[in-house]
Amino acid sequence: MRTMKTIATLLSLLACSLAFASGGADVRMDPAPIHRLDAESLQRGARNFVNYCLNCHSAKYMRYERLKDIGLTEQQIKDNLMFATDKIGSTMTVAMTPAEGKAWFGAVPPDLSVEARVRGADWLYNYLLGFYRDGSTPTGWNNLVFPNVGMPHVLWTLTGPNTVVSTEFEDHEKASAAAIAKKGLVRVDPAPNGKYFVRTVQADPNAQGSMTPAQYQAFVADLVNYMDYMAEPTRNERVRLGIVVLLYLGVLFVLVYALKRMYWKDVH
Amino acid sequence: MEKLLNWIDARFPLTSLWESQWGKYVAPRNFNFWYYFGSLATLVLVMQIVTGIFLTMNYKPDAEKAFGSVEYIMRDVQWGWLIRYMHSTGASMFFVVVYLHMFRGLMYGSYRKPRELLWIFGCLIYLTLMGEAFFGYLLPWGQMSYWGAQVIVNLFSTVPIIGEGLGTWIRGDYTISDITLNRFFAFHVIAFPLVLLGLVAAHLMALHEVGSSNPDGIEIKKQPKDPATGLYLDGINSHPYYTIKDIVGVVFFLAVFSAIMFFLPEMGGYFLEANNFIPADPLKTPEHIAPVWYFTPYYAILRAVPSFMDSQFWGVIAMGVAVMIFFFLPWLDKGAVKSIRYRGTLYKSWLAAFVVSFLVLGYLGVVPVTVWGQFPESWPILGGADKATVVARLLTVVYFLFFFLMPWYTRRDRTKPVPERVR
Repeated sequence: MRTMKTIATLLSLLACSLAFASGGADVRMDPAPIHRLDAESLQRGARNFVNYCLNCHSAKYMRYERLKDIGLTEQQIKDNLMFATDKIGSTMTVAMTPAEGKAWFGAVPPDLSVEARVRGADWLYNYLLGFYRDGSTPTGWNNLVFPNVGMPHVLWTLTGPNTVVSTEFEDHEKASAAAIAKKGLVRVDPAPNGKYFVRTVQADPNAQGSMTPAQYQAFVADLVNYMDYMAEPTRNERVRLGIVVLLYLGVLFVLVYALKRMYWKDVH
Repeated sequence: MEKLLNWIDARFPLTSLWESQWGKYVAPRNFNFWYYFGSLATLVLVMQIVTGIFLTMNYKPDAEKAFGSVEYIMRDVQWGWLIRYMHSTGASMFFVVVYLHMFRGLMYGSYRKPRELLWIFGCLIYLTLMGEAFFGYLLPWGQMSYWGAQVIVNLFSTVPIIGEGLGTWIRGDYTISDITLNRFFAFHVIAFPLVLLGLVAAHLMALHEVGSSNPDGIEIKKQPKDPATGLYLDGINSHPYYTIKDIVGVVFFLAVFSAIMFFLPEMGGYFLEANNFIPADPLKTPEHIAPVWYFTPYYAILRAVPSFMDSQFWGVIAMGVAVMIFFFLPWLDKGAVKSIRYRGTLYKSWLAAFVVSFLVLGYLGVVPVTVWGQFPESWPILGGADKATVVARLLTVVYFLFFFLMPWYTRRDRTKPVPERVR
C-alpha cells in the first residue's frame, strides 16, 4: 500500500511539473460572453449568421428546420431566415462554389457547420473583434488573431474601419506585462530590432460604424453563441440527459452496493 | 424450464459451459480494486460492437461522404449523437481499462507461471486492439484521421528495400485515399473485431482453466480444500460473489463513462481532437500531427530514436520492440515472488520508473518536440538540442531497461516471505 502511495505522489508531482505552459503566448483573448441556454441570444445569432455569413460560408450539415431547437416556429424560420430555399428541411448551403471562393479570396471560405468545434468559441469571438484596416493586404483588411487572413472585414459597416495601435516595448517581459494590463484582445509581436510590439484594435473616431463597440461585441457574442450551438445542436439535450443518467446510476450504485454487502457477509 | 434445460444439455453443453466458465468457477476471495478491469474491458468490447453496428447502418465509407455521414449521424439520426459518443468515448475508455488491466498484471505478477499463455493471449488482444483503433480512427475522415494514418503507414515505408512497396500495398494507393478508407473500414468492422472476439474467448478460457491469480500471488489451487464447502481454503465461487461485485464495478464505471460522454465528450481534445472536425485535405498538412493519446508513448519513443545510416527505421524498430516486449515478461521475470506486496525495493523502484517513463512519454508524444525549448547553445553536447527530445531519449532508455534488466534485478531483489493464506 505504501508503494501505491509513493507512486501516486510521484505521479501528482509529475502532473504539476508538466502543467507549466510553453511560455510567450502571442495572443491574449477575451473569453466569449456566451451562454448555451440563452435562446434569445441564439435567435439573434441565427439572424446575424444568415444575414452576414451565409453568403460565402455554407453550413451544409445544418438544416433550417433544426432552428426549432432554439425556440423558433417553422413559420418564423421560413419568414425571417430562409433566403435561398423554401424547403424547411434544406441544409444551409450557398450558391458560391469552392472554385469561385478560391479565385476571389485566395482560399475557400470554410464550411461553418462545425467550425466552433475546430476553433473554439473564444477564438471565433476574438477573431471577429480582431479586424482592422491594413492597406498592405489584398483585401485591405487584416486581423490580430489570424494575421493575413483571406477574409475581408465583412462586418465593417457595423464597426467602421478599425485601426491597429502598436506600442513598442524594450523586451518580452515588459510587453507581456503591458498586454496583461490591457483589457480585451491583445497581440504581442516581436519587432525587427529585438523589441516587442503590443497591438490592439481601436475604433476610428472619425469614421464610426453603425454600432457602438459595446453593441458590436454583443452582436458578435450572439453570432458566436449561435455558431457554438450549430456545431453541436444536440448539446443541451446531451447535458440534460447526462444529469438524468448520472442520477439514475447514483441510485443504482447504492442499491447494487448494498446487495453486494449482503452477499459478501459470509466471506471472511 | 428444467425439462427444456435437460433437452438442450443432451444436445449442447450449455450447463457445463456455464459452470466451467463462470457458474462453478472458483476464484480467490481477495480481489481488490485492480481486478475490476477485466470484466470492464469485456463490457466496453460489447458496447463498442453494439454501437459499432448501429454506426455502420448510417456511416458511408467513401472519401466524398464519410465526414458528412458522421455529421449526419450526429444531427439527423435518432440518438445518433449518443451512439457516436458512446463509440468515441468507448474507444478511449477501452485503452484506459486495458492499460489499468495490464498494470495490474505487472504489479501482481499475473503473467508468471502457470499463466504465460493467458498473458500471451492478452498481449495479442492488446496488439489487435491497437490495430482496431488505428483503422477506426481513419473513418471520420477528418484532418487528424487522414494525416495520422499517413504518418503511421509511412512508418512501414521506412523498412529497407521493400518499404516503398509495403506502404503502397497497405494503402492500396500512393497516398491515403478512398481505397484506403474502404479497406480500413473492412478491417475495422469485420476482420479485427472477429480476431478480437476469438482472442478474448481464448483469454477467458485460458483464465478459467489455469485459475485467477490474486494480489498476494498465492496459488489457491495448491491449498487444501475446506471439507465443509469443498473449495480451496481461500477460494470462493465466482457466482454469485464476483458476479455481484463486478456489477458494482460496472455501475461505478458507467457513471464515470457517462460523466465523460455527456459532459466532456471531447475530453479537452484528447478523445475527439479539434482538428478532426476539419474534413480531410490531402493538400494541407496540419502544423502539428499527433496520434490519439493511447499511442503517444510509442510515438514519443519513435521520435526519440535518432536516424542512423540515413534511415528512420531504427525508431520504428524501437517502437515495435517497445510493444512486443510485453510478450516476454513471463520469462524475463525471475523473481522469487509474484506480487508487489512481497517484492523488494529493486522491483518496486523499477516499476515506478517504468510507469513514470510511460506516462511522461505519453505526454511528450502529444506535444511538439519544442515544447520545453532548447538547451543553451553554450552547453557541451546538449547545446541547442530540444529539451523534450533529450528527456524522451532518457525515458526511452528507462522504458527498455525495465524489461532488459528485469532478469537481473528480480533475481537480486530482497523479497519478503509469502504467507500461506491470502490477506
